[in-house]
Amino acid sequence: MNETTSISTKEVDTPTTEHHAHPTGISRWLYTTNHKDIGSLYLIFSFVMLFIGGGMAFMIRAELFQPGLQFIEPEFFNQMTTMHGLIMVFGVVMPAFVGLANWMVPLMIGAPDMALPRMNNWSFWIMPFAFSILLSTLFMEGGGPNFGWTFYAPLSTTYAPPSTTFFIFGVHLMGLSSIMGAINIITTILNMRAPGMTLMKMPMFVWTWLITAFLLIAVMPVLAGAVTMMLMDIHFGTSFFNAAGGGDPVLFQHIFWFFGHPEVYIMILPAFGVVSQIIPAFARKPLFGYKSMVYATASIAILSFIVWAHHMFTVGLPAVAELFFMYSTMLIAIPTGVKVFNWVSTMFRGSMTFEAPMLFSVAFVVLFTIGGLSGLMLSIAPADFQYHDTYFVVAHFHYVLVPGAIFGIMAAVYYWMPKWSGFMYNEPLAKLHFWLSFIGLNLTFFPMHFLGLAGMPRRIPDYALQFADFNMITSVGAFLFGTTQLLFLYIVIQCARGKGEPAPQRPWEGAEGLEWSIPSPAPLHTFDTPPKVD
Amino acid sequence: MSQVHNSNVPNYYVPHQSKWPIIATVAVVAFIYGIASMLYSSKIGEASATPSWIMLFGLGLTVYMLYGWFSNVVQESQSGLYSPQLDKSFRLGMAWFIFSEVMFFAAFFGVLLYVRTLSIPWLGGEGAKGVSNLLWPNFTAHWPLLNTPDPELFPGPSATIPAWQIPFLNTVILVTSSFTLTLAHHALKKDERNKCTLWLLTTVILGIIFLGFQVFEYQEAYNHLQLTLSSGIYGSTFFLLTGFHGAHVTIGTIMLAVILVRIMKGHFSKQKHFGFEAAAWYWHFVDVVWLLLFTFVYVI
Ligand code: HEM
Ligand SMILES: [Cu+2]
Repeated sequence: MNETTSISTKEVDTPTTEHHAHPTGISRWLYTTNHKDIGSLYLIFSFVMLFIGGGMAFMIRAELFQPGLQFIEPEFFNQMTTMHGLIMVFGVVMPAFVGLANWMVPLMIGAPDMALPRMNNWSFWIMPFAFSILLSTLFMEGGGPNFGWTFYAPLSTTYAPPSTTFFIFGVHLMGLSSIMGAINIITTILNMRAPGMTLMKMPMFVWTWLITAFLLIAVMPVLAGAVTMMLMDIHFGTSFFNAAGGGDPVLFQHIFWFFGHPEVYIMILPAFGVVSQIIPAFARKPLFGYKSMVYATASIAILSFIVWAHHMFTVGLPAVAELFFMYSTMLIAIPTGVKVFNWVSTMFRGSMTFEAPMLFSVAFVVLFTIGGLSGLMLSIAPADFQYHDTYFVVAHFHYVLVPGAIFGIMAAVYYWMPKWSGFMYNEPLAKLHFWLSFIGLNLTFFPMHFLGLAGMPRRIPDYALQFADFNMITSVGAFLFGTTQLLFLYIVIQCARGKGEPAPQRPWEGAEGLEWSIPSPAPLHTFDTPPKVD
Repeated sequence: MSQVHNSNVPNYYVPHQSKWPIIATVAVVAFIYGIASMLYSSKIGEASATPSWIMLFGLGLTVYMLYGWFSNVVQESQSGLYSPQLDKSFRLGMAWFIFSEVMFFAAFFGVLLYVRTLSIPWLGGEGAKGVSNLLWPNFTAHWPLLNTPDPELFPGPSATIPAWQIPFLNTVILVTSSFTLTLAHHALKKDERNKCTLWLLTTVILGIIFLGFQVFEYQEAYNHLQLTLSSGIYGSTFFLLTGFHGAHVTIGTIMLAVILVRIMKGHFSKQKHFGFEAAAWYWHFVDVVWLLLFTFVYVI
């Protein structure tokens, strides 16, 4: 890494362009229209939520450390599993990726900002309010949501605690934020590319976000519809999810999963994009099969609309439906396999080095594949009768989400942090962070496969004695993984505060793309006149 | 794209700092939080006036915000800050917003389809899940669902709204309004301001008449047909679809009314009038939803 090309923060902060002097203090953040500021806000928000959601996981694992009830009441346990899931999905993974998109998409396509900068601010600021409302339900009479992050009716309607009303409007607010954020991203990508940057020249991260934004606009309104009908069933006497009036509780599951399955791809596609940027950079080779990557991403997105009922195999579907959803689900493994093949081929005979972003990306490829394979097992309808609602499912989705989505986010943070802050993070500590996380998460989630296959149901505060050993290992792993993230926090804060080597313009020698053609830290305004791409 | 470098085309306009989004956040959150609190306190039986004040505050602030934010945009547009590229951003933004609305309604149409073709026949004993008839053995499947499985919990309606009376009239009204709107648009493009004002006014009036009939129909349903939100799945889907559609007509009418005022104030030019077009797209979208609704809710 070449120190002579580095640029210090001081030089960049002096307004040399025609821009107004930049306000400081709280109004800078409240009134901001700057994609970098808003990106940082999203990322910080997501980080805060990570520790709140993680605290809930801590309570869950403490309770499950041993059989029997030790710390918390079963009712509260249910609230913890529900809130943990909701926060991690809507409060951590989604905002983190939106934050990354805000920071990086304009830099990667050579745009001066997001297409609709004011709406961008609006999208962000709704989030803290939405989650304050959601979290406040925990302190209401009857407790917070306790029906699981999938909020199946009638648990979430007829038998729901009164605070569910706040949960519903909280979901409405997050949905509003997500839709506006997605409209902004899609418009930016379609309309703001620098001259010469054709669609098929876009970096993979931009491609995956384009497709993710499409998925978001397509399914968030469906989620809004679902919670609206819940609200009406609770307060206005309708019977959408009540068979006594001619409705059907299973209908809720169909609507939820029509949103829910695309939603899981919303959480993973941007991570695909991140590792598709990082692996070529550290293998010092161009991405293998760029075009097939684009097509695979698009096919995954399209298929994700026709597989939803694989979450409902045991609910009593007609046999044709079981078959249809089984085969369509298995089809998704093909484009997914194409991607894994391409990542591995990119690494093949590359001159690889293993800095933190690369470590997280390689682990992503391996461990995400484990999650994909357990998904394939679950997609076999008759087998799923055995696995459904057991810890096997919990193992599956944690393997795709933790070393998948979360590792993708962490890899992205290490990879682009020098560009954001202007300083290198502490590499030895980051490697330690990686290895502790890696060990911690495998300790946590691998035994869950065995627990599930042996029949331990999910979402229970107590369990039969034969599950004790694996549960203890899982809890130890969870404590290790959780506390390790404090190290991550420390590394990020140190880097943001400028404790570290100044970062050069392009800190990674194999990295390609427009984002490396501007100084580190990126000045507040970049590409006021678009660069030329050829 | 090389015209971006052309000096007489402004750069992409990025506003620096704006107070409107955060006001919008507070407004929307207060409005929604107020409604949630109202429903919550009525549910737990602790009536209080505070939630409705929060809601009204949110509503007021929303109106203020919409006025302020849009005035801001109109000013910027009229002072020539907006490049053709920015115009395209607005178009894309509006188009994708309408797509999100399409999906919102798609979910509700999906519910209707599912209930009519799958779950009600199953409850009546037919098909793959016909065993569910064991729950209410006396129930027979039919549509419109006048006798619900459990008439004590959900007493069904005595009759439904006939398609070929008011609903048909409303169809004619809404389709006509789409035509008058297009005539207004053509007039604007030819810079025939008075004609444009006239046709736009006609459109707004047609929208209001539509809503009036809708209110009348709801009164009919509640007072004479016992067709209510709680009269089982027929009432549920009926009011869900027509209600959300009606809400969209209301918003569309307000949008067109605002555009009408702006036309009268001399805003827009014959080439540049995206505000007009956005409202028109929205109106046509609402019209198409109605045609589907008329077909699937009223006719078949
Ligand atoms: C190869 C691709 C995949 C296949 C074939 C697959 C298949 C499945 C199946 C069949 C289930 C239902 C299991 C059950 O409830 O009995 C399931 C659950 C789940 N999957 Fe996947 N999956 C795949 C990839 C992913 C990815 C990429 C994610 C997220 C990033 C994901 C997240 C989830 C989640 C969150 C659940 C559980 C939802 C719940 O019940 O709480 N899956 N998967
Ligand atoms: Cu799925």
